[in-house]
Amino acid sequence: MTASILTVDDSASLRMAIKIALSGAGYAVTEAVDGLDGLNKARAAKFDMIIADLNMPNMNGLEMIREIRKLPVQLGTPIVFLTTESDESMKQEARAAGATGWLVKPFVPDQLLRIAAKVLGR
Amino acid sequence: MSVGDPIAAFRLEAADLLAVTEQALLDLTHDLGSRELIDTVFRGLHTLKGSGAMFGFDALAGFTHHCETAFDRVRKGSVPATQELVSVVLAALDHMQALLGDDCDTPALTAAGDAILARLQAALGEQAQAAANATQDLAQDDAVLRNGDAEAAEGWRITFYLPPDTLVNGTNPLLLLDELRALGAAQVTALTDRIPPLGTLEPGQCHIGWQVELHGDVSRAEIEDVFIFVMDDMELTIAPLTPEPAAASAAPEAVTGSVAATEPAAAAAAAATSEPARNRAAATPAAESVRVPAERLDVLMDRVGELVIVQSRLAQLAHGGVHDTAGELALRSVAEEIERLASELRDTIMVLRMVPISSLFGRFRRLVHDLARETGKTIELITEGESTELDKTVSERLADPIVHLIRNACDHGLETPEDRAAAGKPATGRVELVAEQSGGEVLITIRDDGRGINRARVRAKAEANGLIQPGQPLTDSELLHLIFAPGFSTAAQVTNLSGRGVGMDVVKRTIEGLRGAIDIISDEGRGSTITLRIPLTLAIIEGLLVRVGDARYVIPLAAVEECIELSLEDDLRSRGRSMITLRDQLVPYLRLRELFATGTRPDQFQKIVVIATGGERVGLVVDQIIGSHQTVIKSMSGVHRGITSFSGATILGDGGVALILDVAQLVALGQHQEERLRAAG
Repeated sequence: MTASILTVDDSASLRMAIKIALSGAGYAVTEAVDGLDGLNKARAAKFDMIIADLNMPNMNGLEMIREIRKLPVQLGTPIVFLTTESDESMKQEARAAGATGWLVKPFVPDQLLRIAAKVLGR
Repeated sequence: MSVGDPIAAFRLEAADLLAVTEQALLDLTHDLGSRELIDTVFRGLHTLKGSGAMFGFDALAGFTHHCETAFDRVRKGSVPATQELVSVVLAALDHMQALLGDDCDTPALTAAGDAILARLQAALGEQAQAAANATQDLAQDDAVLRNGDAEAAEGWRITFYLPPDTLVNGTNPLLLLDELRALGAAQVTALTDRIPPLGTLEPGQCHIGWQVELHGDVSRAEIEDVFIFVMDDMELTIAPLTPEPAAASAAPEAVTGSVAATEPAAAAAAAATSEPARNRAAATPAAESVRVPAERLDVLMDRVGELVIVQSRLAQLAHGGVHDTAGELALRSVAEEIERLASELRDTIMVLRMVPISSLFGRFRRLVHDLARETGKTIELITEGESTELDKTVSERLADPIVHLIRNACDHGLETPEDRAAAGKPATGRVELVAEQSGGEVLITIRDDGRGINRARVRAKAEANGLIQPGQPLTDSELLHLIFAPGFSTAAQVTNLSGRGVGMDVVKRTIEGLRGAIDIISDEGRGSTITLRIPLTLAIIEGLLVRVGDARYVIPLAAVEECIELSLEDDLRSRGRSMITLRDQLVPYLRLRELFATGTRPDQFQKIVVIATGGERVGLVVDQIIGSHQTVIKSMSGVHRGITSFSGATILGDGGVALILDVAQLVALGQHQEERLRAAG
């Protein structure tokens, strides 16, 4: 079965890059343009994995992750956040909010696919 | 959103990021201590660097890195924000803009970049060296770490307990075990000692630990990589299976290179920096995409949904046939529904194209900042009404004219601080840029409190250039409007700033090309006010529908001054010299029937529609005035591009086509004809 991935980022270019990489590897990709959009889409359908930016308008990534973790439908869904912050506090905060892992920008498609494979186990 | 070109999307985003960062920097010049602004600048640079590297803009990422580092240090308080630093980073933003282009590795560009970095280093002063050292230290730490990796073993005993919320947070322990197994032969034992009694067991939590004996040539780092996401919250011990590990005594190698980029390269070329900003304010090409708030799309979707429903009602009626009064009533109600929806759809779509004028105004702050630096004047730009919305295309086309008007205001309008003091004015000159909506138009006012327009000089110049006869009587407004005449330049001294690019005549032509108008008021010694009146949209105009011969034409209503009857006597008397007297003024008129060679006989009661633009008036003789008509403009095909009397066409309610008259062209034609007749005596 195709794994479905929700990618939440306010940057259209990054969403495109993620989508191109993941759909090329056979994943089904759904896009959301900000935290609120991401939360709404996470409410509407079960995903196998969620990739989220942290710095977003309308609802930032941390808050979105906290809200998604309250949704029964996404119980245990891996959430990987994108970060350009090398500082540890951000990772700590996101982990505390319920994130599974992270990916440091900039990344190449291979790194993204490795992370997807790591949390999805495929 | 469909999959498009991420690089094109990145360029758009980068332009936005640069704009936001630039605004923050400009704000920072007024408030150097603002943490929020410093953070904004840092984040902008940070994102630009990160995304730039993602999409292969390595030169951009590399260059931006230095600015980011600088602001990171400002953020952390190790260097202060100074005007010079802000100024250098502003110049750096222009360079980043250039690095977004296709030719980002020309030697000239590289040299310009190096020059900016040299300035940056100078602005950071002593600390720059320290930073370079820090980078080096870091690199050495890295080397130590990598040497640590070399620690080899027969295998490892890995014991780990994951945090209880592991499962909820999306980490699957089985996958971690799989990863370990993929590294080498593994023996896995579950540790059940921490599982609480059933009564207190939370089923969603993870209480099992694992011990894995992993055999093979695996480095510690590879194992740690498996746990990278959970390492901070878990208990993890990784012990070598063999008691004595290979000696890890290799001294860390010194790391060189990699820091050379901060060195001042070609420090001489430091001048070529502030130049691009001014041009950029105008030269940014009109972007071909429009950002639309989602709720506006929702409204559009609602309307389309309603339309589909009404359409199905119409289809039902058409299928069943209309046989009786009730059927007719139903049909009429559907027709009314469609009319309402069509007009709502039209309004909704128009709104989609609207953008707040702030996107345009934002560019001018930088312009004024640079102009102030170059002219040595202190100038305050005050903007108002930035939320006023305007059609995207209109807004883009306004950039050049407004740049020119602001340049004029700063360069010619405002006096030097000394002159201002002598005139009893505050030293800081004010330029106001105000937008407001007024009916179907947006008014954009550029007001300065400078010296105003010197009428005597305007007159002298116009006479010298042959624009007016010596001593020719002119109203004040006519006199002021002379500055928009082609070939007129008020500046006795053409300075570097105003002498470049477009003139006021081009400003006027651009505004009229947008079917707008320019008004000018000037109070000598007190300043000038120029008001641009711009229609909200280019797509729809209010028109006056007229008939000439068998064809119908639309005259833009905004240009229509009045409609009068052309009496038979006037018609006969004025033959040869097509002039009418309108409140003691002679107004030339054109017989559209003759102009368009309709070959029809004139109606008994012809009408004259008086149109005006830029203070000139011309009458158009038509056979019949049908009435006002909301006109959706269709542009003419390329085949008809050479035709100047028409600006477009529209489709009428009955399916017929009407051409839209080009007011500016016809007024010019009328004036020209009058001059010819006058010359012929």
